[in-house]
Amino acid sequence: MSAVLTPIFMERGATPGQRAWRRLLRRRGAMFGLVIVIFFVVLAVFAPYIAPYDPVATSWSAVRAAPSADYWFGTDEIGRDVLSRVVWGARASLLAGLVSVCISMALGVPVGLLAAYVGGWTDGLISRFTDSMLAVPFLILAIALAAFLGPSLTNAMIAIGVSATPIFIRLTRAQVLAVKVEDFVEAARAVGNPHWRIALRHILPNVLPPLIVQSTLAIAAAVIAEASLSFLGLGQQPPAPSWGSMLNTAKNFVDQAPWMAIWPGLSIFLLVLSFNLLGDGLRDALDPKHK
Amino acid sequence: MSRYLLNRLAAIIPTIFFVSVIIFALQQLLPGDAATILAGEDQSPEVIAYLRQKMHLDEPFPVRYAYWIAGVAHGDLGESLRIQEPVLGLIVQKLPVTLELAAIAMLIALGIGIPAGIISAVGKDTAWDYAANVIALWGLSTPNFWLGILMILLFSVQLGWLPASGYVSPFEDLQGNLAAMIMPAFVLGNAIAAVLMRHTRSAMLQVLSADYVRTARAKGLDERTVILKHGLRNALTPIITLGALEFGTLLSGAVLTEQVFSIPGFGKLIVDAVFNRDYAVVQGVVLFTSTVYIVLNLLADMAYFLVNPRLRG
Repeated sequence: MSAVLTPIFMERGATPGQRAWRRLLRRRGAMFGLVIVIFFVVLAVFAPYIAPYDPVATSWSAVRAAPSADYWFGTDEIGRDVLSRVVWGARASLLAGLVSVCISMALGVPVGLLAAYVGGWTDGLISRFTDSMLAVPFLILAIALAAFLGPSLTNAMIAIGVSATPIFIRLTRAQVLAVKVEDFVEAARAVGNPHWRIALRHILPNVLPPLIVQSTLAIAAAVIAEASLSFLGLGQQPPAPSWGSMLNTAKNFVDQAPWMAIWPGLSIFLLVLSFNLLGDGLRDALDPKHK
Repeated sequence: MSRYLLNRLAAIIPTIFFVSVIIFALQQLLPGDAATILAGEDQSPEVIAYLRQKMHLDEPFPVRYAYWIAGVAHGDLGESLRIQEPVLGLIVQKLPVTLELAAIAMLIALGIGIPAGIISAVGKDTAWDYAANVIALWGLSTPNFWLGILMILLFSVQLGWLPASGYVSPFEDLQGNLAAMIMPAFVLGNAIAAVLMRHTRSAMLQVLSADYVRTARAKGLDERTVILKHGLRNALTPIITLGALEFGTLLSGAVLTEQVFSIPGFGKLIVDAVFNRDYAVVQGVVLFTSTVYIVLNLLADMAYFLVNPRLRG
């Protein structure tokens, strides 16, 4: 019991953000996730300096070459360096994860806030619409959207972002409904704040923690979704490197060049795992009431 | 009781309506003139004019929607432009393959997820619990198309035990059918096993701390009976209803799994349609999937209601 009580006592005086950060630091899984995420961010940002070769340069003298001192991860079916493509592929995956979740939040949070704050007919209509979007399985909706928009990384990000929006609408709505009946909101209204100010300055900051947790987990889902769309040919277009499209090609050479399949898949797995671990850790750190 | 069920039933009507509007509106996303795009390579003015007239493309959106939904209500999901076949027929033709895949996948998921969840809950904070959680995290983070490729690498290329791709009807060759289905079904079931394990764990933890379980222990029942008869039976209700919600994951996963293992099912139908720019098929498949999903959710809610006496009033 004292082990639980002492840190809380010691934490008094720090801001809620600092307390959450300290709680996060104590979680090994979350720290592991954070380190891996930072590792991939570094890979993506410094790809031109880290990748040993040009990711799209072909070499007919080294087609499907096994891993060696020259090519650590081997080469692909037209002699491109797999390591360089994995490094550059981190850009597409991280970009897709971040941009699509930004799209979901930019659409979902204001709509959810509006539904819960205004209530009545507006809420009814938005909620029905949200239910309907959730009735279409996430990846199927993303595939359909990407199909109609046309295959490209940008369109894949839009498709994933839009498909994940209803989750954010629903979460924001539920959180705002809980917060808007609190005394401090009543007090803000009583002293004559306009509606927009109550919604943005008093309610929104108080619903942020669960949204941060959800957005971290949504990045994990978006990274898998982008890899899936690219695997189906609906994401990043060749010859630009992306882990999903690398796996699509690797599938055809699995008996001759298994290394083509190992590394991009392992990268997707590690990145998704890290965001999942980080999200779980953030949930414990930001929302101690949640079991 | 009937009032709740009627309300629940009535609520699906606006949901299906909005879903159909969303799916029909996808057409608006096509860049440029829809008739020209739909005509594909065959760009003769007659074909384009025919399509424009047939799909009422000159009419405003609500009118076009009305034509389309009236057809859908009569079981007409449109016609595939590439193979000149009704979309509903294509779906009915491909569905059994995916249903078999999904059913085996679900069996595998239940067979792994529920025992793992029980072990993890009973041995909370032990090495078993830790191991089960690590496996669940692996299941949730592995892209299933990658797992599929790895399994092909191990079981088909290295060991030569199972076919890497293809599909045989169970009515022609049951053994061949199972050999072709076991890898894709495992790949598909893997992620759902992880979700089921987490649900089972939390439901079991809740039930095992209940008073009636303490009573069961106090009257001297052996641990096995307590866990399985008093614990699991009560935990099973939320597990089953939450499991039904995994149908969406199952179908999304089937699209990728069927692609990896070249299985001619529902998922392959939508992917092929996407690449043939056969938009009527894409719309039809998505509408069909969503409707089935909505109805399954309704059934899950009703089942939950029926087996939970506290909700009946």
